[in-house]
Amino acid sequence: MTILSSLFPNMADKGPQFLSAILQTLSMVAVSGLVSFCIGLFVGVVLTATRRGGVMEHPKLYAVLDKCINIFRSIPFVILLTALVPLTRAVMGTAIGTRGAILPLIFGTVPFFSRQIEAALAQLDHGLVEAAQSMGDSPLEILFKVYLRESIPAIVRGTTITLISLIGLTAMAGAVGGGGLGNFAIMWGHQRQQTDCTYAAMIIILALVFSVQALGNFIIKKTTH
Amino acid sequence: MIRLENVSKTFHTESGAVAAVKNVTLHIHAGEIFGIIGLSGAGKSTLVRCINLLERPDSGTVTVDGRTLTALDDKALRHARTSMGMIFQQFNLMPSRTVFHNIAWPLKKQKLPAEQIAARVRELLELVDLTDKENAYPSQLSGGQKQRVAIARAIASSPKVLLCDEATSALDPATTRSILALLKKINRTLGLTIVVITHEMAVVKEICDRVAVMENGFIVEQGDVLDVFSAPQATVTKSFVDSTGNLSKLTEMVEEQSPVVALKPGEVLARLKYLGRSADQALISRVSRQFDVDCNIIFGSMEVIRDATIGNLGLIFSGEPDNVRDAVKYLSENNVQIEVIDR
Repeated sequence: MTILSSLFPNMADKGPQFLSAILQTLSMVAVSGLVSFCIGLFVGVVLTATRRGGVMEHPKLYAVLDKCINIFRSIPFVILLTALVPLTRAVMGTAIGTRGAILPLIFGTVPFFSRQIEAALAQLDHGLVEAAQSMGDSPLEILFKVYLRESIPAIVRGTTITLISLIGLTAMAGAVGGGGLGNFAIMWGHQRQQTDCTYAAMIIILALVFSVQALGNFIIKKTTH
Repeated sequence: MIRLENVSKTFHTESGAVAAVKNVTLHIHAGEIFGIIGLSGAGKSTLVRCINLLERPDSGTVTVDGRTLTALDDKALRHARTSMGMIFQQFNLMPSRTVFHNIAWPLKKQKLPAEQIAARVRELLELVDLTDKENAYPSQLSGGQKQRVAIARAIASSPKVLLCDEATSALDPATTRSILALLKKINRTLGLTIVVITHEMAVVKEICDRVAVMENGFIVEQGDVLDVFSAPQATVTKSFVDSTGNLSKLTEMVEEQSPVVALKPGEVLARLKYLGRSADQALISRVSRQFDVDCNIIFGSMEVIRDATIGNLGLIFSGEPDNVRDAVKYLSENNVQIEVIDR
């Protein structure tokens, strides 16, 4: 205990604030992660289905989606955060705090995750699609039973990468009043030069990233045959 | 059973248009094993995909079991495909599913009760001799075992047609034979019409009743396997026939003046080809006795295709010049193609 308090002298009186910062980060990651997973998975599947040679080929729809993703991926996240303020206020009722951070986080994550899904599904051996077609499966059946089901390890890999990058984004959201560990590190560690607060926040973030990675690897191992 | 009429298919790639199948007309009878042989790039894989419309032909009609597939909408076509099985060179089993679930795939579409599906899968596993692999994943199987699972899956919904796209090309010779034997067994016991795409002459000889030879998108020759391979017309067919025997070596040896074909004065070197059923007439020993010539067989090959033999021999005749001439004449009058090799 004495070692801890000598290493983190300024953390002694911040227990409750630190805990709530951790919970805020977790809730931002969970909510925006879940929403982004659903939207990104859908967009990734649509990209795969509509691309040239896909099971529901539709070059125009593909081109539109492709451009949108490229545009949103090109905007740096800090700029996206401020640019989305009016929209965030309209949708969420506020542009600050954890609530205000969720919408920009989704906008920042979905394009990246869609690409991850598209890349994961593109790894599928086309022969499997052909085999399913030869057995009379419809395009929708092929998307669910072949593309999604047979790509689970690759999808998990993409999800892991995305979650880790999302944890990074939540810290950045903290900088503009989003709360969470990023906010904690800036408020105490940076602005009041209590560096140990920054390290405390960093340790929790690292633990979070490592557990996500470990969980991802575990699922990949379990689902690869 | 399968009728292709004037089927053409062109692919448009960035480097230009590639005509893969050109105006092909093909009739495949019910219950037969029909081979389509050609070198790689001849268009045979595209042609077989035109049968179940995995590739939709640009023109022409495809009729299977009385149904004109090219006229069907997507839904009806998908239904029609359930009565056509297909197996592939790379097996294309679903890696995340066990053998059981791979074979059950087409059965689940029919909305059968689970016990009925399980019973049918076990029956199929017995047929392909893999009863102990029910819960294995494809990655745990050998190539031959994978193809057996693929065959079980392809015939699970009792189709009338089985399309085989280079089904044995990724397998070693012994495994190839066992897969071919299985296909033959299925053909006999279930009366399934089988279309076999291959670049291997041995496959056609082993199981096919009739054959079409493909080159550059065209069918250059087709007919009974015995007819096509005993009297090949097209150059590509001849090269396939040569690929199995060693008769083309004769010319090489003559050119290299190999001691094997060195002739003494009065000797004649000839290439003989037996057609069909004339091989059972003991011609060589009869000629030898009747014309008082010695026949020295320097090499030969006998191919049994279905119920007939195709023999190829390299032979040195020695004896009185008149006798040798008469012997050669006698042979050529008895359905033996004989070619005296001058040097």
